[in-house]
Amino acid sequence: MPDFYDDDARLTRPRIVALALSAALVALLSLIILTAPGDLERLNLVARERLTESGVANPVTAVLLNFRGYDTLLEVAVLLLAVIGIWSMARYARVWIKVPDTPVLAAFVRLVLPLMVLVSGYLLWLGADAPGGAFQGGAVLGGMGILWIAAAVWLPDFQFQRFARVMLVLGLIAFVGASTLLLALEGSFMEYPAGEAKNWILVIESAAMISIGMTLMMLFVGGIPRLNEGTV
Amino acid sequence: MNDSAALYAVAGVILFGMGIYALVAYPHLLRKILGMNVMGIGVFAVFVALAYRGPDQPPDPVPHALVITGIVVAVCATGLGLTLATRLKALTGVAQLTPDQED
Repeated sequence: MPDFYDDDARLTRPRIVALALSAALVALLSLIILTAPGDLERLNLVARERLTESGVANPVTAVLLNFRGYDTLLEVAVLLLAVIGIWSMARYARVWIKVPDTPVLAAFVRLVLPLMVLVSGYLLWLGADAPGGAFQGGAVLGGMGILWIAAAVWLPDFQFQRFARVMLVLGLIAFVGASTLLLALEGSFMEYPAGEAKNWILVIESAAMISIGMTLMMLFVGGIPRLNEGTV
Repeated sequence: MNDSAALYAVAGVILFGMGIYALVAYPHLLRKILGMNVMGIGVFAVFVALAYRGPDQPPDPVPHALVITGIVVAVCATGLGLTLATRLKALTGVAQLTPDQED
């Protein structure tokens, strides 16, 4: 055992230095933010001006999937990398899932699962003109996945792995595939053909939503879950 | 920037400072991961405050898009960090940084 304890909150000298430096950083950053030059409007104005060309009416979705699409592409890659990182340390989750000794949870999950799929699809569709989109829908799908695992409504291990892998890479494949196709068709990376942007965005977002949901579930569970045959 | 947005922005900066202190000052990895999350939330608060354009105008969509991707990346970083901490605990018996060996 190390000779110090974590919940030791004593203000040692290094901590006082760290505290002073953090406070100085807070003061400096506040000053910078409060006295920032007023011209923060350039991107805002460009984004609003060209919103009609983006294929969607919600400016946040337009920025995410059109104007800064490459950013979101890289982010989907980061999600996949995080899961690969976790799996490379431990393929299987540390906690065994047990079948609950009451059928209520499983019955509830069977009822609510299709509804959550519906809600996530609705949020995705809504993202075109109101707050919503792949990330919100993906969060609902992730929650659904966690419920599904907790209720031990089960797939055999090899099937689950195959299913999980396909879902995890779907978003990145759709994104890279679409941008490569666009590069071949239009001659430029991530530039949708005029008037057809919405269809491209919808395909990419649907795939990204599924991957985001699966990624969030995997992050929560911390690896491929295993079923303990006994009951709680 | 109007007053309420400035208040939000400064609150975000303070959260960032609290997070960075926890990250640096405590050896336990769970505290460090939590500190990193608090820092991230501070940054998101600053971004949302900077995007605010008053009650009559819609906010700037660019920082909002950055925040929404940032939240998901923060969740990923947390998950990866927790797995690393668990692995360290499994290998060494403690989930915290130990002082450098001096010889």
